[in-house]
Amino acid sequence: MTNKTDSVGIVEPHDFVLQEGIRLHSGQILAPVTLRYETYGTLSEKKDNAILIEHALSGDAHAAGYYAESDGRPGWWDSMIGPGKPFDTNRYFIVCSNILGGCSGSTGPGSINPATGKPYNMSFPVITIEDMVDAQRKLKEHLGIQKWLSVAGGSMGGMQAIQWGIKYPDEMDSVIAIATTARISAQSIAFNWVGREAIMDDQDWNHGNYTEQPEHGLATARMLAHITYLSEESMRQKFGRRLQSSEDYSYAFKKDFSVESYLEHQGSRFVERFDANSYLYITRAIDYFDVAGRHDGELKKAFEHVSCPFMVVSFSSDWLFPPAQSRELVKALLDNDIDTTYCNIESSYGHDAFLLEEATLGRMLSGFLDNLYDRREEENAK
Amino acid sequence: MRNDLIKASEEYIYSRRDLSTMAEMIPENVRILDLGCGTGRLLKAMQVLKGARVMGVEMNESKVIECIGRGVPVIQKNLDEGLSDFKDNSFDFVILSQTFQTVKRPDVILDEMLRIGKRGIVSFINIGYWRARIQIALGNMPVTRTLPMQWYDTTNIHLGTISDFRKLCRDRNIRIVTELPLQERNRIPLRCRLWPNLFASTCVFIIEK
Repeated sequence: MTNKTDSVGIVEPHDFVLQEGIRLHSGQILAPVTLRYETYGTLSEKKDNAILIEHALSGDAHAAGYYAESDGRPGWWDSMIGPGKPFDTNRYFIVCSNILGGCSGSTGPGSINPATGKPYNMSFPVITIEDMVDAQRKLKEHLGIQKWLSVAGGSMGGMQAIQWGIKYPDEMDSVIAIATTARISAQSIAFNWVGREAIMDDQDWNHGNYTEQPEHGLATARMLAHITYLSEESMRQKFGRRLQSSEDYSYAFKKDFSVESYLEHQGSRFVERFDANSYLYITRAIDYFDVAGRHDGELKKAFEHVSCPFMVVSFSSDWLFPPAQSRELVKALLDNDIDTTYCNIESSYGHDAFLLEEATLGRMLSGFLDNLYDRREEENAK
Repeated sequence: MRNDLIKASEEYIYSRRDLSTMAEMIPENVRILDLGCGTGRLLKAMQVLKGARVMGVEMNESKVIECIGRGVPVIQKNLDEGLSDFKDNSFDFVILSQTFQTVKRPDVILDEMLRIGKRGIVSFINIGYWRARIQIALGNMPVTRTLPMQWYDTTNIHLGTISDFRKLCRDRNIRIVTELPLQERNRIPLRCRLWPNLFASTCVFIIEK
């Protein structure tokens, strides 16, 4: 697997420890802060070919490549990152870090609180998307990068990309926001709420003080969320009313339908790799995300200081982050005379399309990035 | 590489008479919005040749991708859904190149063009062209080089003559700054300039309010 010519090959994660920590949006200081990150490709001498990749809710720093020869599964965006791929590691230096509040190496509710010597659990401060971005900015400084060539992400990753653009407008040459929004809708807040309720209603959750994951609650939260990542059409195509094994209904409440066992499988797999408290904190950060909220409710105002080009991509069947939300973002960008590219990709995959529409999205990403890079090279040559 | 781009841009512009006419009328370093920009070749040429800051609007996904590949910022959008995303007076020129006849409300789009831009450039297919008139006189909807599709499968749903266009502008208080009747051949014959409604197959208008 790893000897494929378009793979970044074997990679290893790094930990960046910020002893002084960061000041959170809520006013609290969180220290120390660790960010787990991975990089692919080579940073140019001028340190001007770096692209920051932002992961979604359940993602991590492992965006591409393999951890070992025997490793069967590559990083979560391996289809897009590698030699000759849209995020071309022959040209670009790719950075991806696990978010603050996460559970895959970065500081989160499962980390040890130095004051008590015990895991934070629910004493972990509530964090925001802005806090995640502020932490990443420290990593940027640490890596000696002046300006990102691009900050790119899908779903919650797209929120971080937007937040980067708003908070640090001079620190990137472009923003790529995929299947995302500048403010989350009531519908999405509602789904997050039910997911958290499922976790917190699980006896095993124990107010966050568990030693074993509250499996039932976390799996239920994941199953619910997973439905929102698909579309009616994709579920119809994938499962229809197909029965899982028997010829007839069981006339009981077992898993009769394929879709039921698929969801159960998704739920139980998630429990193996994710932390329930992290899920609570991250979904809360998503709920709070509203870049207009901090600018008198006016989305337009939020982008006043932004000047770099944006590429916004939505997917026609995405009902979690519907195209209308992307269009609202596009309007705010146009209101500020920002060079904007927007495409609503025709797809039946729902929200998950951002990980599945590789060919179409890939052409957009490579076209956008190549032009950006070439233009910059041309300016440098002058 | 830069020279290749210039060459390709010039070749494209001079491949179609209406494009070269439009290009010649656009000054340097302006902001241009092209409605129905296709694969973005005109905008790319304006970027390269005139240093213009450009943006396109295009409905077709694969054409949008080609625009992106060219480095032309583009908004995917159906023109019939309106242009309210674009704020007042945000462009110097708004181009509608051989697209006017395909939109649901050509009258509304003219107003929108002049709300968004200082000036509009419309390249207009003239159904009053004598070749088209002859076909209609003989009893059939015209099929010409500029209107190659059959009446039943054409995207050209609002055909009019140069004189119709002038009247529409008059009715909506739109001033025609320049009117450049064209034929496909390189030299524009005198009769085309004298009687454009009969002898011009297309016409480029610069309009303002």
